[in-house]
Amino acid sequence: MLTKRIPIAVSLIVWVSILMFMGNAFAAEPIRLGVAGPHSGDLASYGIPTTKAAELVVKDVNAKGGILGRKVELLVEDDVCKPEVATNTATKLVSLKAHVVIGHICSGATKAALGIYKDSKIIAMSPSATNPALTQSGDYPNFYRTIASDDAQARLEVDFALDTLKLKKIAVLHDKGDYGKGLAEFAKAFLEKDSRAKVVLYEGITPGAVDYSAVVQKIKRANADAVIFGGYHPEASKIVTQMRKKKMKTVFISDDGVKDDTFIKVAGKYAEGVYATGPKDVSQNPMAIAANEAHKKAYGSDPGAFFLNAYAATQALLNAIEKAGSTDYDAVAKALRTQDVETPLGKIHFDDRGDATGVGFSMYQVKNGVYVEIK
Amino acid sequence: MDYFLELLLGGLTRGSIYALIALGYTMVYGIIQLINFAHGEIYMIGAFTALIVAGVLTLLGWNQVAILVIASLVAVVYSSAYGFTVEKLAYKPLRHAPRLSALISAIGMSLFLQNYVLLAQTSDFLPFPSLIPEFKFLAPYAHIIRSSEIVILITTTAVMILLTLMIKFTRIGKAMRATAQDRDMAMLVGVDVNRVISVTFIVGSATAAIGGVLIASHIGQINFYIGFIAGIKAFVAAVLGGIGSIPGAVLGSLVLGWTESFFTGYVSSDYEDVFAFLFLVFILIFRPSGILGRSETEKV
Repeated sequence: MLTKRIPIAVSLIVWVSILMFMGNAFAAEPIRLGVAGPHSGDLASYGIPTTKAAELVVKDVNAKGGILGRKVELLVEDDVCKPEVATNTATKLVSLKAHVVIGHICSGATKAALGIYKDSKIIAMSPSATNPALTQSGDYPNFYRTIASDDAQARLEVDFALDTLKLKKIAVLHDKGDYGKGLAEFAKAFLEKDSRAKVVLYEGITPGAVDYSAVVQKIKRANADAVIFGGYHPEASKIVTQMRKKKMKTVFISDDGVKDDTFIKVAGKYAEGVYATGPKDVSQNPMAIAANEAHKKAYGSDPGAFFLNAYAATQALLNAIEKAGSTDYDAVAKALRTQDVETPLGKIHFDDRGDATGVGFSMYQVKNGVYVEIK
Repeated sequence: MDYFLELLLGGLTRGSIYALIALGYTMVYGIIQLINFAHGEIYMIGAFTALIVAGVLTLLGWNQVAILVIASLVAVVYSSAYGFTVEKLAYKPLRHAPRLSALISAIGMSLFLQNYVLLAQTSDFLPFPSLIPEFKFLAPYAHIIRSSEIVILITTTAVMILLTLMIKFTRIGKAMRATAQDRDMAMLVGVDVNRVISVTFIVGSATAAIGGVLIASHIGQINFYIGFIAGIKAFVAAVLGGIGSIPGAVLGSLVLGWTESFFTGYVSSDYEDVFAFLFLVFILIFRPSGILGRSETEKV
């Protein structure tokens, strides 16, 4: 068996070394942009749109003569969204001498890869990893993202309840899931830091329970002005329906798990007046329209998840390299923080932690059966 | 005091729904010692049938009460047909097989029905129209009670009374009791055991369907998965009350409903299920046959 494989192995080595040699021959020229994310497996639909976004931007840039007179080259690597694979992916991108990396897609895989990039002084920018600690812990100064982190939604919900609606007593509920509970914990922490309001109830409900009348009673007894709910629409619609049927006028504020048309369909007239945060509406942004059309033209389909975030990330990185005049780590990092760039998500730059400013969530309210953005 | 009353009523409503499903579990178990895990799905199918019928009748502009009655009737007929067929397909051929085979067949049937409805309908939650008319109550209770809760309570009580009467006083009831006591002996004295088992499944499915229609109308939404959790809870309630006993199933359901409601109300809903099941463990440790069950040695 082994002897049979040796010729194959030898020929592979020869081929790879020829390819590498050819690559080296022109290596001084291109800017190497790594793209890491799940391109196979069950989460591939989250990773592939990012690759396509990077391809489209790079094609544009190269058609205009590249950046700093150099062509941009993509190094696409699959991490299957698994942390243990992501470390290999990152090592490979480092050994291929990527200058900057778009990715990774999942928070867990991103976290696993970031240390490797940090040691090699490579900037990584994720279009989709929302775990708050990635930027807030300060462990990864080389990390940036073009999506708002999970706590941004809680922040917006709390600010809206306190500043705009001027509410005093707030019940915080969640569905005990990672996403819902995470949001609710942030909301609770923000409320407790603020002297204007009080958390009168903090509880997890059981998803799928037959009814929520006891929890609804509790909200009523706590005399809450508002409920902030972290979770998804099936539970939210049950709670709202039971509250409204009990003639409770308590304000209901929730997250993008509830900012979903199914919520309005199921809760019907009881959905009226419910507030929910959701990604900023960029459908009117001309660059977003153009990017979506370019995707349609190139691939014959509508873009998938995080496409615009990835489009913006690629633009932001290439713009920073151009403004910095080199691919030097410190210069690019400074450019990312100081130079604005026009993207489909609007005009963005990055704060000290690496979160994009200007990217985020808006508050929506159900009015006459549709979610309307509140300006 | 109001708070206590509201929790009491909430628990009573929830318990009544569990009871309508638990009746089917306990009857089937009483007759053929089978835990029919597909029973929760029968409840779900009842709710879906009512949704479709109600949808059509609403388009035709019928009035609310007529829709409620007709939708419930169709749901009862349709679910009973399902219950009957499930028994014939999945349990009858295994009647003399080891009991574990029938149990596995029941779990298989449950998964099959869930996925069948998932494919035939949708995985999304669907809005369910409020079929029970709202009416006003006298001043001090107006904010506590809702008409759907009253309808659920009355229906459960009526169903339980009818079932008890049927089992005590009718010929088929007598045959059921005989079969429950000793199937082989009942057969020897001329009881048509197959017919008794079919009737048991039909009656059990009918009560589950009524439960499905009422709770869907009370809550306002359904999807293909509602039968699973409700079914598990009802099964627990039936065991709690003493499986095989009809008053036991109702009592167990109410106890479970109240436990959940009061625990949520006075402690926390975080551990609602934990507490409910802990309670079950304690009951089974100190009274293995359930609250109203007969104690007999059971070989499973």
